[in-house]
Amino acid sequence: MSDVITVRAHQFDDLEQQHEASWIGMWIFLATEVMFFGGMFTGYAFYRAAYPQAFAAASNRLDVWLGAINTAVLISSSFTMALAVHGAETGRRKALIRFLLLTIVLGAVFLGIKFFEYHSKFEEHLVPGHSFQFEGLLARPAEIFFSFYFAMTGMHALHMVIGIGLLAVMVVKARRGRFSTGYFTPVELTGLYWHFVDIVWIFLFPLLYLVGRHL
Amino acid sequence: MFQNLPLFPEKASTIAYRVDALFYFLTAVAVFFAALIFILIVVFAVKYRRRSATEKGAPIEGNIALEILWTVVPLGITMVMFGWGALVYVDMFDPPSNALEIDVVAKQWMWKMQHREGQSEINELHVPVGRPVQLMMTSEDVIHSFFVPAFRIKMDVLPGRYTTLWFQPTKAGEYHLFCAEFCGTQHSGMLGRVIVMEPAEYQGWLDGGATGMSMEQAGAQLFQRLGCGVCHRPDGAGQGPSLVGIFGRPVKLEGGGAVTADEAYIRRSILEPHAQVVAGYKPVMPTFKGLVSEDGILQIIAYLKSLQKEGPQAQR
Amino acid sequence: MNAQRREHYLNVNYGVRSWLLTTDHKRIAWLYLVSVTFFFFVGGFFATLIRLELLTPQGDLVQAETYNKLFTMHGVTMVFFFLIPSIPAVLGNFLIPMMIGARDLAFPKLNLASWYIFIIGGLFTLAATAAGGVDTGWTFYTPYSSIYSNTHVALTVVGIFVTGFSSILTGLNFIVTIHKMRAPGLTWFRLPLFVWAHYATSIIFVLGTPVLAITLALVGLERIFGLGIFDPARGGDPVLFQHLFWFYSHPAVYIMILPSMGIVSELIACFSRKRIFGYAFVAFASLGIAIIGFLVWGHHMFVSGQSVHAGLVFSLLSFLVAIPSAIKVFNWTATLYKGSVSYDAPMLYSLGFIGVFTIGGLTGLFLATLGFDVHVTDTYFVVAHFHYIMVGGAVMGYLGGIHFWWPKMTGRLYPEILARLAALIVFLGFNLTFFPQFVLGFLGMPRRYHAYPPEFQVLNVMSSAGASILAVGYVLPLVYLIWSLRYGAVAGRNPWGARGLEWETDSPPPTHNFDTTPRVTESAYAYEKEPEEIYHFGATAHV
Repeated sequence: MSDVITVRAHQFDDLEQQHEASWIGMWIFLATEVMFFGGMFTGYAFYRAAYPQAFAAASNRLDVWLGAINTAVLISSSFTMALAVHGAETGRRKALIRFLLLTIVLGAVFLGIKFFEYHSKFEEHLVPGHSFQFEGLLARPAEIFFSFYFAMTGMHALHMVIGIGLLAVMVVKARRGRFSTGYFTPVELTGLYWHFVDIVWIFLFPLLYLVGRHL
Repeated sequence: MFQNLPLFPEKASTIAYRVDALFYFLTAVAVFFAALIFILIVVFAVKYRRRSATEKGAPIEGNIALEILWTVVPLGITMVMFGWGALVYVDMFDPPSNALEIDVVAKQWMWKMQHREGQSEINELHVPVGRPVQLMMTSEDVIHSFFVPAFRIKMDVLPGRYTTLWFQPTKAGEYHLFCAEFCGTQHSGMLGRVIVMEPAEYQGWLDGGATGMSMEQAGAQLFQRLGCGVCHRPDGAGQGPSLVGIFGRPVKLEGGGAVTADEAYIRRSILEPHAQVVAGYKPVMPTFKGLVSEDGILQIIAYLKSLQKEGPQAQR
Repeated sequence: MNAQRREHYLNVNYGVRSWLLTTDHKRIAWLYLVSVTFFFFVGGFFATLIRLELLTPQGDLVQAETYNKLFTMHGVTMVFFFLIPSIPAVLGNFLIPMMIGARDLAFPKLNLASWYIFIIGGLFTLAATAAGGVDTGWTFYTPYSSIYSNTHVALTVVGIFVTGFSSILTGLNFIVTIHKMRAPGLTWFRLPLFVWAHYATSIIFVLGTPVLAITLALVGLERIFGLGIFDPARGGDPVLFQHLFWFYSHPAVYIMILPSMGIVSELIACFSRKRIFGYAFVAFASLGIAIIGFLVWGHHMFVSGQSVHAGLVFSLLSFLVAIPSAIKVFNWTATLYKGSVSYDAPMLYSLGFIGVFTIGGLTGLFLATLGFDVHVTDTYFVVAHFHYIMVGGAVMGYLGGIHFWWPKMTGRLYPEILARLAALIVFLGFNLTFFPQFVLGFLGMPRRYHAYPPEFQVLNVMSSAGASILAVGYVLPLVYLIWSLRYGAVAGRNPWGARGLEWETDSPPPTHNFDTTPRVTESAYAYEKEPEEIYHFGATAHV
């Protein structure tokens, strides 16, 4: 019982109240994230309707295979994250730590591939700004496409970096034995966040990489 | 004292009378409700003032009938406001077909007006009294807004787009033209004058200031100089579609869909020729971005509009 | 005085560290109070210079460029660093846990983090001001802000972006707290309307602020990295920015006014010693405003080039959002009926609020009316209208609230006569400042004008004269409230004879607010009953 008391913050009456408060808080936070990305999706939809050919042509310049690999990597990481939460739930600390680390590795792989993609876009002069080059007469709206590409995947990558940071904190806490079968809310909430970031990518991948394929 | 303290702006357009009638209605409603609330507050506050330290208010929780009353009545009144305001607004942006067309190009921090007959003016706009005038406006840089208080009209002027505005002056005189959308350092210096003249006087002004070339003529010259006619041959035998009679008509697009050949479409076709290609033609036209100014595009549009009237109907 | 010193949240420990690392919602409220008061006077300083410049038609006091920076910094400071955080972060923070019988907010550390985020954002914006300022107007319209302006847009935008997260986290904290931390028996329909108002406000914080954040982030990316999102030269649409901006910034108006309405509901009930008339209608009106408020943003854009049809829809919806506000005004007025009305300073602010808000609301109908809006949009009519809502409404409610709960926050009373005088000065100064601006706008004077045609001078002089009176009305409370901290009479628990859990604990309250969790058996504002019949404390409750 003693470990239970140490994790209850003074403002709560009991652990259940604390747990429910944390969950509601996390869901509200995810609602704000939906609105945050929603602003960019709205802008993207607006311009894609205005410049369908340019968006298709620009989309063809992205490497669909790297995008697909990254999609697979992220879905796998969601799976390992779910296993980590399961490990915490069943009180298997080793499994929890192992799957948390695996999730971090998969996240890092994703970011590595993303970095490689950014690098090649830079070399191909597809980064918006003065050095932007795009053959043909659709260059200007294509630049808008790449502006959204970098803004949206950049914001997503930033969320991944934050997620990896949270996972690292969870690993440290798990090593110190801060979680028990009765208390692992932080792991659950980190998992929720990680799944959300994955879902954003599930939307980004077809919207950015697959536009041109069906035209 | 009151000559220094004006309370009503001058009325000098047909719509101004309608806007002011709406204003009187809105003011009457506002004064009635404001007075009602103020009087009730003062009367209640005085009549029910606390008379002893332990006195308490009556235990009243509410009254459903009253709640319904003060929900439904304001709703009804606001719907009248909505309907009346919408009628005026729709007419404000629905120009009559016989309007005198004048083009306006705004830039930091000046107004350029181009009359169809060829006159162009800076920060001044001469128009005849009694005739509807339609402005087609665009900006070379940031967003501006064309505002003539005496006419009760205002419209933003956007870069990369055309917006329109119309008015019918009712009184000769000089009126303020303001830029109403913040546009940078000299925003408050972006002023102009609208000079409304009697029709005869206006004709005299047109004749006196003529530059020798109307906008259509200038547009035709530009059309020639840029070599547009090489592909856009009037008989439709060139690499591009004939432009005779095209203005204002629907155009079928490559890849499906259709678009009306209006000012915006023509402007876009000049600057981004591959965005919306006419069905049956190849996307071979180069962009004219940087080769033609906003003024020039407006001249070409004026020229294309003039092609309506004459020539064979060379439609594909 | 008691020989034995009673321990409360202010004297439990001392020193800078005990304040800067506190997680006590009451101390964090003080951190915010000091910060927003600072920003209020910074914004007020800019306003003073604006009104001085406008005394004469020529632009003679400052350069046009400087003037443009002044009104921009005035707007940015007042909107993002004073009005939005003022009532929620100060009074909401202090009162919500106490009003619902909780020991603290659900996430005290997050609450402290919100304040630090707010300060970091504020520092960015102050740095932008110190480096030379920004001249785009607080609305940051593209492409002026993203391409043409040569001023410190990026730095300012970063400041607002960062501060936005402070709002989001505060809103999140309030929603969770109101959902999960209410004392036993305190059902939703027993909550004070102040709490309802903050719940509605928090919804806007949480759902609106992220959209502003991403919009300003895109402007920043366009400026710094040359991305092309709103740039017309690359085929971008500057009007898209306006849609995204107003999607947040119109609801933001309700962030500013809803908490103030919550305060007025508390004050009118207390100083009429009476239940609020039509409690449920007032409560749902707050939610109605928050929800419909998200659907009316396009009424800022009737002449922006959006389609006539969009204009019609947004106009219709804008009239609908006026109805809940009207319902509130009628219910407050009806609450006075057969009440026991006293004229204490907080009540004077409330009555002033109702009057001024009525004018602000009714002129809002003028602006929602399409055919009339075309003439007055972007003129001083709009400036007058939103100052009636934000200064006349929000600030007057804020001052009323500060006066009402000051005895609770500090344990001291302020000099009542001076406070009533200040309320009167604020009311008169405010109306003299802003009523002439309605006339100016109708005459056609555009906003954001450094110089103006001479026929507008008389009204501008009236407005500037009013502003000087208003300034006195704002400085006076600052002086006597600070004075009262040391010399004010000791307040006692419940100096106003008010109902509400916050009055059932000591003034100033102990760190954990209540020794035992209270139980509530009656709805709010049960002025016909004694507090002991409403609020029940366990055996160990303080006597």
